[in-house]
Amino acid sequence: MSDQTTNPIAFVAEGTIPPAPPPANETGIVKWLRENLFSGVTNTVLTVLSLLLIYVLVKNTMPWIFNGVWQANSLSECREILAGKTGACFAVLTERWPQLIYGFKYPEEAYWRPNLAFVLMLVAFAPVLFFDLPRKMLLFTAVYPFLAFWLIWGGTILVPLVALIGCVGASLVFRKLGSNSFAAGFFGAIATALVIWNVGGALIPEGASDNAWLTAVPSRDLGGFMLNMMLGVTCVSLSVPLGIALALGRQSNMPLIKWVCVIFIEFIRGVPLITLLFVASVMLAYFFPPDSTVDLFLRVVIMITMFSAAYIAEVIRGGLAALPRGQYEAADSLGLDYPQAMQLIILPQALKISIPGIVNVAVGLFKDTTLVSVISMFDLVGMIRGPILASTQWNGVYWELLGFAALLFFVVCYGISQYSQWLERRLATDHR
Amino acid sequence: MKKSVILGVATIAGLAAGAAAAGTADDVKARGKLNCGVATGVPGFASPDANGEWQGFDVAVCRAVAAAVLDDPMAVEFIPTTGKTRFTALASGEIDMLARNTTWTFSRDVDLKFEFVGINYYDGQGFMVPKALGVSSAKELDGATVCIQTGTTTELNLADFFRINNMSYEPVPIETNAEAQQQYLAGACDVYTTDASGLAATRATFENSGDHVILPEIISKEPLGPLVRHGDNEWGDVVRWTLNALIAAEELGVTSANIDEMAAGTDNPEVNRLLGSEGTLGEMLGLDATWAQRAIKAGGNYGEVFAKNIGEETPIGLARGLNAQWTDGGLLYSPPFR
Repeated sequence: MSDQTTNPIAFVAEGTIPPAPPPANETGIVKWLRENLFSGVTNTVLTVLSLLLIYVLVKNTMPWIFNGVWQANSLSECREILAGKTGACFAVLTERWPQLIYGFKYPEEAYWRPNLAFVLMLVAFAPVLFFDLPRKMLLFTAVYPFLAFWLIWGGTILVPLVALIGCVGASLVFRKLGSNSFAAGFFGAIATALVIWNVGGALIPEGASDNAWLTAVPSRDLGGFMLNMMLGVTCVSLSVPLGIALALGRQSNMPLIKWVCVIFIEFIRGVPLITLLFVASVMLAYFFPPDSTVDLFLRVVIMITMFSAAYIAEVIRGGLAALPRGQYEAADSLGLDYPQAMQLIILPQALKISIPGIVNVAVGLFKDTTLVSVISMFDLVGMIRGPILASTQWNGVYWELLGFAALLFFVVCYGISQYSQWLERRLATDHR
Repeated sequence: MKKSVILGVATIAGLAAGAAAAGTADDVKARGKLNCGVATGVPGFASPDANGEWQGFDVAVCRAVAAAVLDDPMAVEFIPTTGKTRFTALASGEIDMLARNTTWTFSRDVDLKFEFVGINYYDGQGFMVPKALGVSSAKELDGATVCIQTGTTTELNLADFFRINNMSYEPVPIETNAEAQQQYLAGACDVYTTDASGLAATRATFENSGDHVILPEIISKEPLGPLVRHGDNEWGDVVRWTLNALIAAEELGVTSANIDEMAAGTDNPEVNRLLGSEGTLGEMLGLDATWAQRAIKAGGNYGEVFAKNIGEETPIGLARGLNAQWTDGGLLYSPPFR
């Protein structure tokens, strides 16, 4: 009892031991590196090789990019400024910027028009792409095509106005007659539109476009990336509904409709797009008298739309085929007629399945719009290959121009692909 | 067989379209604009500048015709055409004339039913090699690798040339001129061959253009000229004599600088007839007396147009060569204005 102070136990913990940091090679960046990059002999070798490759790439491209000349009037001036150093000649992009974006003939004082049309396009697409937005915005979407036409082509406002009235009239007739019989509504709507357009077209005075507030710009003067965007947007938005109609038509029980659709799809899919474009630009001119040719832009839009509609039809047919038979029977057993069954039950599911395929076609179509350069329309690639590379100042600049074109297309296509992934996540109702 | 049927139908349709539009000259006057087919872009011959104005050697022909017919060299609607669309554009009536460095050949003239109105540039196929190769004549190219555009007449000419000279070569097929430049500079081929004007234009864009030489041999004839449709000879005459007026003006010493002075009347009756102070040549063409004055004022005489667009002072740097006046040992020879 005397030596109570001497504790017989050597050590008593007074609390929990503070947690030690994990060993240095089991934590943070080191661990990540070890596990992911250097986890074995093969991986180590591959990592080192990849690093070397990246180093070589960066070492060779960075001086080219950072030494780049942004202000010069010709390639030879660029080379003088660089004085033998490696460096890009981005001056071609700054000097020819309006040509790359708008083509070389679009009037300079009217550049705000396509710009405004582009901004409005984003507004018009928003309610279609993001369905959480208020549905009233769709009204603007419906007006947008006519507004954009007026902005970009200019001329008298009467033309898009008559077109708009025709469409409104057609949809009213369809509402009225379509509730009883789809066919009556459909043909009634077409007849109404044709009547309004013809009467309206005859009422527009001859020289109405001459002194219009927005100067008229003929289709031939459109060009640059603007032309790619216009073709891409118009053709995608037209070919999706047309593709749906074709896909449904191909499944129809009515032999006439079925065979028209089958032949259309198989024929168009069997012909290269470039052939169709040549037909549009060259052959059609033979079938019209010299004065009454259809606008070249319109001809190209029709051809590209038909082409992509055939592909989209097959994509959607895949979606329709993936639905269990029970879905069709369920719709029938509820007493829904054909349009109702399609609208309410079949298409929402089939289209959801088809999203990746449709986006695939849309991205491909957008890039295919560069093919119009072979029929001497000056889209972005046409501008680069034709006027810019043929000018004595810039003949010989390739990487900068084509790299720029690739970048523009990448931005748009990557955007489309990101949107479709968001859409798929948003629509995912299954329990995966 | 099938192809010829299609071509036949196409040409008949083209003829019908041409016949329907009676008198291209009247159409052009009524329209107030000349629809002129040009290339989508050939350095020095046709390309829009930074302001979107078309410039070039072929473009100058269009402007001269517009000036002669419409009194305004800017009243031209330039319709860019590719090598594939140019003939249908002309046959279908979409354009009134084609000035797109097009080689005058028998089949194009006879079978495709076009009318070449003259030659504004005598071209021919040549070879370009790096100086380091130490070659001074195309006859020394035995065993060379040659970059060649596929599907062109140059491909056939090349085969002929090597066969005649009993040499061998290895072709490197390429699609476009741009690709050819890259391949050639990267050393994929020893020799690049195409029309000599194209070679000169290509060489002008190289960073070290002095390291490359164009060999003296020209192995083919490529007479380039403007053309119109068969069957409208009045219009063909207008275009033909506008081109001749430019050529004759150089021969007679009429330039855009002294034309006003000379138009007042000179001692040379041919100059007077050309410029309209004597005779009724303009009236015979269906134009007024001063048509040639306007055509020459549009861009100068042939020599001035050449010097401004593709001559030795420009980056293209072509010598006159065959395209000098006949009095200087070239081939340019305008029939007399009488």
